[in-house]
Amino acid sequence: MVKVKVVERPPADLVVQSWLPELWKGMKVSGRHFFVNLLTQKGIVTSQYPEVKRAYPPRFRGKHRLMRREDGSVRCVACFMCSTACPADCIRIVAGQRDDENEKFPVTFEVDFIKCVFCGMCEEACPCDAIRLDSGVHRAPAYTRKEELNGKEDLLSLGSLSVARQGGEYK
Amino acid sequence: MTLTFVLLTLAKILGFILVFCVILAAILTWVERKMSSIIQDRIGPNRAEILGFRAFGLFHPIADMIKSFTKEEFVPAGANKTLFFLAPAFALVPTLCAFAVVPFGPGDLVISNLDSGMLFVFAIMGFGIYGVTLGGWASNSNFAMLGALRGAAQMVSYEVSMGLNVVGIFAVFGSVSLTHIVGAQGHLLWGWLPMWGIVVQPLGFVLFLVAAMAENKRAPFDLPEGESEIIGYFVEYSAMGFATFMLSEFLEVIVIACIAATLFFGGWQIPWLDPTGTAGGWITVAQVAFFAFKVLFLCWFQMLIRWTVPRFRYDQVMSLGWKVLLPLSLANILATAVVLALVV
Repeated sequence: MVKVKVVERPPADLVVQSWLPELWKGMKVSGRHFFVNLLTQKGIVTSQYPEVKRAYPPRFRGKHRLMRREDGSVRCVACFMCSTACPADCIRIVAGQRDDENEKFPVTFEVDFIKCVFCGMCEEACPCDAIRLDSGVHRAPAYTRKEELNGKEDLLSLGSLSVARQGGEYK
Repeated sequence: MTLTFVLLTLAKILGFILVFCVILAAILTWVERKMSSIIQDRIGPNRAEILGFRAFGLFHPIADMIKSFTKEEFVPAGANKTLFFLAPAFALVPTLCAFAVVPFGPGDLVISNLDSGMLFVFAIMGFGIYGVTLGGWASNSNFAMLGALRGAAQMVSYEVSMGLNVVGIFAVFGSVSLTHIVGAQGHLLWGWLPMWGIVVQPLGFVLFLVAAMAENKRAPFDLPEGESEIIGYFVEYSAMGFATFMLSEFLEVIVIACIAATLFFGGWQIPWLDPTGTAGGWITVAQVAFFAFKVLFLCWFQMLIRWTVPRFRYDQVMSLGWKVLLPLSLANILATAVVLALVV
């Protein structure tokens, strides 16, 4: 059985209907805001945006970045887990071969920011700590579609060193 | 009609109407934005800058002016071109004329000391309806037409009670000339209380202010235009036509403030100081300044109401006008008459 909450109507007595006392109450509220904000600026919540930027929260998911190994090469092993996990299908990887124990590396690694929904699934799927969304850089609008297609170099330029064990083993 | 008289009158017109009122109207656009924003805990416009100076957004009226002068003057297809361009003038000119009889200082400091005073104001303000209806009708747009109909009905209804509210003032001070009314407000009641209109006609003041704000078509009575939702009679206007409608609206705020200050707040009278207005010198300057202060305060007060009260529904406006304001103003007249008959 659904509980019905009966909302009490305010009494429409002569005081309310004459409307002036209620008007007076409203004027007091807006007058208080006027004088407090005029004299002290206490209540003002505006931030002057282009000059003053608000800090993003620590778990904000911004542009992707590709991490590097100690030797400076890209950590990605082109396993395609991220592009498989991606619900927006925005990651395109072309794998290439390398001669050390990692065997594979991405020849191209493109993220299409028009398609990306910044869900973070790629980051969670990655076994190598190679892709992260914690760059803190907001995805900016662009004039052409091509500018929104960020390649490996762009993503590496946001990246940095990661010393996690390759392969994502838990200790 | 000597040359001195003509020059003096021109100087008064220049000083009072063009410098004080029109510039105040431009500043009121800034006040309106800034006040609404700080009431709503925002900062308001502050981006227009000249050489790096922003002056709290005071340059925005200038930016608005440049914009409205340079924008395209759009005329909708099928519009009556003559009336379409005349309508803003019909809205603006009567408003400017109404300042002519307002005494802004003692003695000769009034542009035209008409005996018919307040009646002239009513007559000339009644012309304001032409601007609304012509603007709506000449646009050849259904929305504008409906807005104009709403505006005309509203203005005609409130004109009635606005006129009747002031009858009490006429009865108390025994004149319709604004100069006489201001002079009479220099008297003291029981030897200490200034006999201002608001003291002897408190109900009359409230009713007058409500009726005047409805006459001015500003929120909470802004259904003829209803910028954000129901769009009104100047929806087809762009550039300077639109700016003229807006300017006349802000000028009307000042007219209402001037008339209310004159009728109900003693005009240029400073309580207990030189009630006849013959002192001259610095006292006259102080009296003019005090009148300006009253006008500014009443403008501010109207803005506060405008940003506090939500808009009425159309039937509420009509029933407020005909079922509440009109009977109350008639009762006010009756009560005033009875009191005057008993006391005087």
